[in-house]
Amino acid sequence: MDNIAGNKSSLTWIVHISVVLLVALWLFPTVGLLVSSFRTTDQISSSGWWQSLFPTEQNVTLRATDPDDEGVQTLIDGVYTITGNLFEEPGAEIGVWGTSSRAIDSYVAGDTADLGDGETITVQANGDYVWTGTVEMSGRGQRVFATAATPPDFTLDNYDKVLFSGSQTDNMLKAFTNTLTVTIPATIIPIVIAAFAAYALAWMDFPGRAILIAMVVGLLVVPLQLALIPLLKLHLNIGIGKGYLGVWLAHTGFGLPLAIYLLRNYMVGLPRDIIENARVDGATDFQIFTKIILPLSFPALASFAIFQFLWTWNDLLVAKVFLIDSTGQTTVMTNQIVELLGTRGGNWEILATAAFVSIAVPLVVFFAMQKYLVRGLLAGSVK
Amino acid sequence: MHPAFQGFVTIFLGVGGCLAYFYFSNQFLDKVLFPAKGENIGRNINRANLVRPWLFLFPAIFALGLYLAYPVFATLWYSLTDREQGGAFVGLANYQQMFADPKFWEALKNNMLWLVVVPAASTAFGMLAAQLTDRIKWGAIAKSLIFMPMAISFVGASVIFKLIYDTRPVGQSQIGVLNAVWLQFDGGVGSFLILRLVPGLLMICAAAAALFVAWNLVQTARSSKGGGLAKGLRALGAMTLTAIALTALSFAFGAFTKAYNFGVPQTWLTIPGWNSFFLMIVLIWIQTGFAMVILSAALRGIPEETIEAAIVDGANPFQVFFKIKMPQISGTIVVVWTTITLVVLKVFDIVFAMTNGQWETQVLANYMYDKLFRANDWGLGSASAMIIMLLVSPILIWNVYNARKEMR
Repeated sequence: MDNIAGNKSSLTWIVHISVVLLVALWLFPTVGLLVSSFRTTDQISSSGWWQSLFPTEQNVTLRATDPDDEGVQTLIDGVYTITGNLFEEPGAEIGVWGTSSRAIDSYVAGDTADLGDGETITVQANGDYVWTGTVEMSGRGQRVFATAATPPDFTLDNYDKVLFSGSQTDNMLKAFTNTLTVTIPATIIPIVIAAFAAYALAWMDFPGRAILIAMVVGLLVVPLQLALIPLLKLHLNIGIGKGYLGVWLAHTGFGLPLAIYLLRNYMVGLPRDIIENARVDGATDFQIFTKIILPLSFPALASFAIFQFLWTWNDLLVAKVFLIDSTGQTTVMTNQIVELLGTRGGNWEILATAAFVSIAVPLVVFFAMQKYLVRGLLAGSVK
Repeated sequence: MHPAFQGFVTIFLGVGGCLAYFYFSNQFLDKVLFPAKGENIGRNINRANLVRPWLFLFPAIFALGLYLAYPVFATLWYSLTDREQGGAFVGLANYQQMFADPKFWEALKNNMLWLVVVPAASTAFGMLAAQLTDRIKWGAIAKSLIFMPMAISFVGASVIFKLIYDTRPVGQSQIGVLNAVWLQFDGGVGSFLILRLVPGLLMICAAAAALFVAWNLVQTARSSKGGGLAKGLRALGAMTLTAIALTALSFAFGAFTKAYNFGVPQTWLTIPGWNSFFLMIVLIWIQTGFAMVILSAALRGIPEETIEAAIVDGANPFQVFFKIKMPQISGTIVVVWTTITLVVLKVFDIVFAMTNGQWETQVLANYMYDKLFRANDWGLGSASAMIIMLLVSPILIWNVYNARKEMR
């Protein structure tokens, strides 16, 4: 904006670098979780996730093929020879190695070690070895201690365990469906109720309208903490108890002020001509609402739907108070993760995977419908 | 019945019921109660139009009243009664008990700290991000990446940051980034620069800025002819800012004199005083994107002519920012600040998941949850909920006042 003609900033590259740093700083935590969810327990506890993207230097113990196995020894020029590769999976690279655990840096890759009794072994960087002896070798295969650079290795086992193992404590699949069960009705029902109310507040003239709007604005900021005890008591008294119905009703109530506020602000801005023309043509308010206002208000409806979806999906407090009973059958993902933090505080592969399962859906929704989210934020706060 | 199926039935019944209610109540009004025909056609149409708004509004008013308005009064009532005595009225006994509880003061103190640090840091980072990303071509992508944490739940974010703050015993390789970085410091020149000089200078700058603003407030309060309320508010603001400046100075002193434990991995979340800040970082990380989006829209809404005029008059970039842009978006900054303040006042999940209020990290919302559902003391829990309500009410009044002003 400052770049008016002839005054182009010469510091653009500083801006670029700053933004890159800022974005990296903001992405770093989430990437850490994502990467950790693809690593095994051993990998997570042996190195930080930022090292997993590069080859890691590890001390490994390897063993050549057992000479007793059928047909591994071949007689070449009067020397018994065994050849093969020390690694089960290719890709690792040996730096230094030795034949005793006390001297693992005796040789570099490509050297030949003298094992005594006329036996020698040559180990290449990629793990290929040639083990020779003047007499037929027997017993177990020769051990090689090496410092090897292992390539990055990732696994999907954690997701398999968290989603499909059926284990009581780790299972996120049930919590996932429970969360979905809470979220969808809790998103749709407030929209319907709020849309009608917003239409009345925007386009109908009646005494007390201004006061009602002011009340909605006031209720917008009432902390839901105040509602916990009175409503729980109410639910218990009228027989709803703790369960889905209670949590749907609670989310509907808590979401309504924002829904009415957003939708009213949007509907007020719709062109007056259309509505008055429809009135003149004899349309009833109900028809105007369903046939004209509702389709035109789609962006605002979408904005609120995203808000409410993210809020109900990510919610912990309302679910803990109104939904989750002592049986724990109706646990939601956020609650499941908090419990995992208690019981499996050190098992980062489970924690990271469970957390990522729960944030994956909101992230997809976020990136797919960001336009509406931003619009809703602007309408909800700038006015 | 399977809950998912129950969910579908509820959507169907809920949505269908709402639509049926709206449709049939309108039909009833127009066809049966006040039919638009016969001798009283004019009067009937008018009457129907008087009633109709309330048909549209009834479900919303009912739900709002039952789920938000009624609980405010009910909670107020519960805070004055004792559950043990069968709900007998006990006056302010719950409040007395709460004010005698050191945990409550700890929670209140931490909440105040959160209220200052999180909105300030989120707004500052958001402003920085908005300023920077608006100048480059790939700014939209950068923005959406910084904005992304908004979609992540507080619980998910807590797990993410617990991994960052993770601690392994001495000798094992650290898997938490913070400890891995910490172990790089050895007390040498680099450590002095990064751990003492930079934070110390930052704190001194912050103190200077706060004092400068406080001084300006005092000056305007002296010179302006405004009413006593405005003057009082300015004086209050100046005092708060002075307190913040003094705190910042003491932090600066601490940064220069503190004895650091180099080479030893730290359990970050158990260090009283610091651990609250480590929890705040989680919320700042989430809220910065929000501040950025709103502020960036406001910055783009500034009329170009005002900036051009300032540049033509020879203003440097800092003057353009602080004297031209800032005053024009001050309203938006207030909105961002209050919105984040509201989030902070209700912050529960982060503290609950990361420390559960141990090691002096308690905040009001978690204190309340603790009293309500662990100690089962509804009186005390309701009393602390009322404190949250009390802290929110200035914003509530301000919002309602603004909304009324706008409607006129």
